[in-house]
Amino acid sequence: MNEHRQTLWEFMSAESDKLITQTFQHIGLTFISLFFAVAIGLPLGIYIANRRKFAGPILGFAGVLQTIPSIALLGFMIPLLGIGAKPAIVALLIYALLPIIRNTYTGIIGIDGNIIEASRALGMNKWQILFKVQLPLAMPVIFAGIRTATVINVGVATLASYIAAGGLGEFIFGGISLNNTNMILAGAIPAAMLAILLDNLLALLQKMNFKKLKKVLYIFPIIIVLLASFYALPSAYGTVLTAGFTPEFMGRQDGDLGLRSKYGLKIHTIVISDAVMYKAAFEKEIDVISGYSTDGRLKAFGLKILNDDKGIFPPYYAAPIVSEKALTKFPQLESTLNLLAGKITDSVMTDLNYKTDYLHQTPEKVAKDFLVKIGLYKPSRDVKLGVVKIGSKIFGEQYILAEMYSMLIKGNTAYDVSTKTGLGGTKICFDALMNDQIDFYPEYTGTGLLAILKPDAKTIEKVGRDKELTYNYVSSAFEKQFKIKWLKPIGFNNTYALMMRRKQSGEINVNTITDLKKYLDRN
Amino acid sequence: MVEIQNLTKNFGQTLAVDKVSFEVKKGENLIMLGTSGCGKTTTLKMINRLIEPNQGEIFINGKNINAQKPELLRRKIGYVMQNTGLFPHYTVEQNIGVLPQLLKWDKKITRQKTEELLNKLHLPEASLTMYPNQLSGGQQQRVGLARALIADTELLLMDEPFGALDNVTRNQIQKEFKALPEFQNKTIIMVTHDVQEAFELADRIVLMDKGKVVQIGTPKDLLYRPINEFAEQFLDAQRLALELKIVSLNDLWPYLSLNNLACTTSISSSINVWDSMEMIRKSDHSCFQVSNTKGEKRDIDFQVLTQAFNHFQIAQANERT
Ligand SMILES: Nc1ncnc2c1ncn2[C@@H]1O[C@H](COP(=O)(O)OP(=O)(O)O)[C@@H](O)[C@H]1O
Ligand SMILES: [Mg+2]
Repeated sequence: MNEHRQTLWEFMSAESDKLITQTFQHIGLTFISLFFAVAIGLPLGIYIANRRKFAGPILGFAGVLQTIPSIALLGFMIPLLGIGAKPAIVALLIYALLPIIRNTYTGIIGIDGNIIEASRALGMNKWQILFKVQLPLAMPVIFAGIRTATVINVGVATLASYIAAGGLGEFIFGGISLNNTNMILAGAIPAAMLAILLDNLLALLQKMNFKKLKKVLYIFPIIIVLLASFYALPSAYGTVLTAGFTPEFMGRQDGDLGLRSKYGLKIHTIVISDAVMYKAAFEKEIDVISGYSTDGRLKAFGLKILNDDKGIFPPYYAAPIVSEKALTKFPQLESTLNLLAGKITDSVMTDLNYKTDYLHQTPEKVAKDFLVKIGLYKPSRDVKLGVVKIGSKIFGEQYILAEMYSMLIKGNTAYDVSTKTGLGGTKICFDALMNDQIDFYPEYTGTGLLAILKPDAKTIEKVGRDKELTYNYVSSAFEKQFKIKWLKPIGFNNTYALMMRRKQSGEINVNTITDLKKYLDRN
Repeated sequence: MVEIQNLTKNFGQTLAVDKVSFEVKKGENLIMLGTSGCGKTTTLKMINRLIEPNQGEIFINGKNINAQKPELLRRKIGYVMQNTGLFPHYTVEQNIGVLPQLLKWDKKITRQKTEELLNKLHLPEASLTMYPNQLSGGQQQRVGLARALIADTELLLMDEPFGALDNVTRNQIQKEFKALPEFQNKTIIMVTHDVQEAFELADRIVLMDKGKVVQIGTPKDLLYRPINEFAEQFLDAQRLALELKIVSLNDLWPYLSLNNLACTTSISSSINVWDSMEMIRKSDHSCFQVSNTKGEKRDIDFQVLTQAFNHFQIAQANERT
């Protein structure tokens, strides 16, 4: 990397391989699910057009399915179908179903009754009526439904990257986590163009007259199947082990890029969301994951951290970062937040995370129990001299820290607290802090260095290896550039780490990342 | 040829058709007449099983219509409906060819028959490749007729076939249809609420009311021998016009006075009074020589005709009382 900031075009050409793969996967996902949605929705629509009493329940049911938030639907799919293409296709199919069933149904029942009567009177049987009269006449409406379904699918398919099914979502969500606008756009622009392109192509079909439409009818299924097969193209290669990396990890120097350049690691990789990654490793869907060293699930799922023997993962010591405005506004804030400094070690944090992530205790209970244990808990005071706004990112550890800070502020100061937890990724939290929507949130030194400041490679090389150097660098740079102050580190280092199942790691005798590379090269 | 026995159909509470029985002879034009909602369409649709009756039976050429699949039955019965029911996604040629295709006819034969019908029904050759929405209402109805006629079925069912047309077009198509050999040869059961049309086209009329048959008879029977007050009142509004159309010069023969008006043009005695009056009005001579089948001759003008018609009416009235 050099001083010059990458343009979108440079990013896209540098990542053109991935971009093409993702676009193919995206088209593939869209059309595989569309194919099944038509295969199921069309007959179902025809059926309820003939049996009207089933129309209400079936359309209602498909309607309810469609109101399930996409992330939730993908979440439901994992226990049933695991991760990867299967659950993503099923989820997309479910979204595409309603417009296809509904339009087939309305298209058919909207046909002039005289025409159907005439076809009966001429001696057509019900199949002849269906294929010669009802379907051709309903076709423009059915195409409108397919068109709606396609556009919905292009949109929802961006979420498929959450469960390791690929697609342009890998760039979009990777970009959001990495605060990398080019990366977001590299995913979002092709996705939007794809939606517009397909929408217009199908609009053309919809407007065709009956004669031309007839020919298209034979070609259309072939085109769908052809486009659907795009999905299979990129995943034709593989290695003995499969890695599941988060979109964020994929795009980082201290992530997949570093693994490749420093270790020369070549492993078949799927992109997967943090939320399901550990479980997927536990269930042997994937073998190597990019976890966090303090994650509670490490303990819960029997995973082992591979030693980073070449030191590519910089230190990620957590500390609250506060806007200077807030420090002036709330004079008691700094000392109160610093009460927690140095109190939580790696193993303590892993344990606390284990309690929320695996034992499903509320972050509030975990925070209170801990504060009571170390003698910092005080019941909340009633004087209210203003409200401190606490932010947190959208994972367990941050919720716990936010709860602890909230209790400390309520117990030790005259301020009230409002928490904005679950603020997505780094970019969202940091922007909220810059815009004074929150007063502080817990951040990690490594993230501050690599995702927010993004200095040149030399600087990273110089300060990125050492805990103190990193901390000093980010705190002075934040002060200067953003008027944001890093308070004292809490104690633990939540760095990236490669992990494997403890059992597997023992069996194949892989303890370090270098071991992993050697193992892969041998097999 | 068609025998309808005790046919009953109800839709929920509505008794649409109530124990209707009648018979249609081969080659006959039978017209079901009645106000809107009296059950004509329902009765007609039971003949080709578009509607299944609750009770009663129908025989065609002595065979119960339930003896075969409805699709196969319908392919042997022509059907013309008020709203044409043409397929908007088929060209005129394809529309006419629907039944031949179902019957797997040779394409050449279909084409030839289609062209024949096109000529007979005064449709332009160019319309073959047009879609129904490119045609006028009258032309669409002609295509509907062609579609029903192409398989040359013995029996033709028509439900208000000219009902949706404007007066001028309707009269024209009626006339043309009446002149077709098909009209003469086929057994036709037609539904209408238009008394004029019924009298124009019917051999016999089935007058219906509230799902029941009121009277079955020739137009003359209905005019001069109505079975009850309903039957009489049904025709009252147009009685004079109907009579003028029903009564032929033959009927008036005994009442035509023997004048010599020195008429130059001669006409046949089978013409009805209405038409002969029209001819007199339009001609330069205002007089015609009529000759009947026995070779007798009479000279008529407007005055002679009206006088004879008056005498005829008085005689009919006397006969009834
Ligand atoms: N499919 C149907 N459902 C319910 N009622 C019907 C249906 N078809 C006809 N009817 C009723 O049956 C009666 C006779 O209808 P129809 O045979 O169409 O009368 P017409 O053809 O003499 O005008 C009417 O009262 C009509 O409302
Ligand atoms: Mg009717």
